[in-house]
Amino acid sequence: MSSLLEIKDLRIRFQSKNRLQALLDGDSDPFIDAVCSASLKLNSGETLALVGESGAGKTTLGRAIIGLNQPQEGSIRFQGQELTRLPDRAFKAFRRNIAMMFQDPVGSLSPRLRVRSLITEPFKIHKIQVKDLEAEAERLLNLVGLPPSFATVYAHQLSGGQARRIGVARALALSPKLIIADEPTAGLDVSVQGEILNLMNRLQEETGVSFLIITHNLNVVRHISHRMAIMYLGRFVEYGLTDDIFAQPLHPYTLALLSANPSPDPDQPKSELQLEGEIPSLLKRPTGCEFHPRCPFVRPDCSRITPVTSSPRAGHSLACHYPLLKD
Amino acid sequence: MSDLSIAQAAPRESAFKRSLFRLLKDPLGCFGLFLVLIILAIALLAPWIIPYDPSAIDVLSRLEPPSMSHLLGTDQLGRDVFSRVLMGSRIALKVAMTTISLALSLGLILGLIAGYGPKWLDKVIILIFDTFRSFPTIMFALALVTIFGPSLNTVILVIILTTFPVYGRIARTQTQGMRHNEFILAEKAMGANMFRVLSVHIFPNIIGPLLIVASMDIPVVITIEAGLSFLGVGVPPPTPSWGSILHNGYSFIRNTPWLVISGGFPLILTTLGFTFLGESLRDIFDPKLQKDI
Repeated sequence: MSSLLEIKDLRIRFQSKNRLQALLDGDSDPFIDAVCSASLKLNSGETLALVGESGAGKTTLGRAIIGLNQPQEGSIRFQGQELTRLPDRAFKAFRRNIAMMFQDPVGSLSPRLRVRSLITEPFKIHKIQVKDLEAEAERLLNLVGLPPSFATVYAHQLSGGQARRIGVARALALSPKLIIADEPTAGLDVSVQGEILNLMNRLQEETGVSFLIITHNLNVVRHISHRMAIMYLGRFVEYGLTDDIFAQPLHPYTLALLSANPSPDPDQPKSELQLEGEIPSLLKRPTGCEFHPRCPFVRPDCSRITPVTSSPRAGHSLACHYPLLKD
Repeated sequence: MSDLSIAQAAPRESAFKRSLFRLLKDPLGCFGLFLVLIILAIALLAPWIIPYDPSAIDVLSRLEPPSMSHLLGTDQLGRDVFSRVLMGSRIALKVAMTTISLALSLGLILGLIAGYGPKWLDKVIILIFDTFRSFPTIMFALALVTIFGPSLNTVILVIILTTFPVYGRIARTQTQGMRHNEFILAEKAMGANMFRVLSVHIFPNIIGPLLIVASMDIPVVITIEAGLSFLGVGVPPPTPSWGSILHNGYSFIRNTPWLVISGGFPLILTTLGFTFLGESLRDIFDPKLQKDI
């Protein structure tokens, strides 16, 4: 399988204070790394999930792919073409093939436009001549399972689930190769979450679109993704096939995340593993392995030596000195 | 997914109808609307309903008190004050409409650019706004009149230059509050350029509050024009304006008070009318004040 999206050693930094303040404080490097040496591969027709706590850099990474954040280092390749440092005009061509769904289903729809205009907006932006925009809108509504009567409704009249479907329809408008979905199930109740995920699965089967899903909901990940990447403080701590990771998490953080996920079975023994403390500030990264202050399996050298990414098995990478390998 | 259609919102009556209904329920708003409609009708029909030529001088019948032949008396040159008051409404509304629409457009465009563009451009535009805001209106008017000479256009220019920063600031603040909304990010992610984002997505969302501020500024503008005319730097004679009628009457206020009264009264009514209407509109469109939805 050819890889559709390939990210290598991506680093995205934000200025944490202005230059004058940094000079006064004697701070020679007034930046924080929101995403740090992230690498991943996404194949055509596959779904990759980015998982992590709030502030782990998932959204920043997703936005960088579509050019809303400028990475400082590393490369993003889409169908073999480098996207970083591409001028706006050249980037616009790629925006046909990459679509993004934002976190807030209603908030990401322009409030003064009717649904018909909202979902045909991509055609107008890219000046694509369509014979009948109304028929096109109907086709897109049909694709996401909404009746054509929705075409004349405004965003504030939609429920969260309906607005999310409109978001999916808009993302699909130009038949992109990749859809970045930022928290596609956030703010929806469980039955609607299921509907949206089934819709995404069905669309993937029908159109072969790839999804990059940003989420902290592990049930979503298990339901929909082929591969997953776990992020902590902007770094990938573990990356591999979803089934493998769920079957045997190798990084302590992954294990902690998985055991924090509530299980529908009340008879299942409660997991002993619970993380303590808050996620550290990006301004004050811990030394060595950045997870060591919260790691339940911490050993003395974890706070001194930064772990290198290893590959315990094919297609699986890991940044831990003492992975949880079963003996 | 046929069950989805059940949840669809019931068709609503148009926003315009609803707003009009709410306006008619507010007594002050009704009164304002009534006054504004009367003034508009007078201004439109003035040339056909005036009994005398407003500039016709008749020295023999100067400073006559109100009578059946001269409803509001005559001024020191024997001109019919009633005709002058009616014609004065045209000047007042002409100044108000031209200045407000031009100042609003100018402020809106600069405000959108300042709110959405790069930081340095924002700073430059804010500097322009503050510079114009910092001139005292009267001093500024005197300076411009000295340069361009007294005329209606000078008055309009003065008022535009002193009011556009207000609109600009409002537009800028609203745009800034909106630029990081997810729907704007979504547009950018789809590849929409700045012009499209501003005109299709930001403009319709910020024009409402601006229009209400504009409707409340109409009386302010009319009084500025009257004030400038009163000081003799506004509309030059013999054009009839409320300010110049006041100015004429001021010299004879002890003997012939009807001159001042007939110049000032329409000014008061217009100001009240537009203010009541504007305040009522503001309450109607302020979502926080909406109770019955």
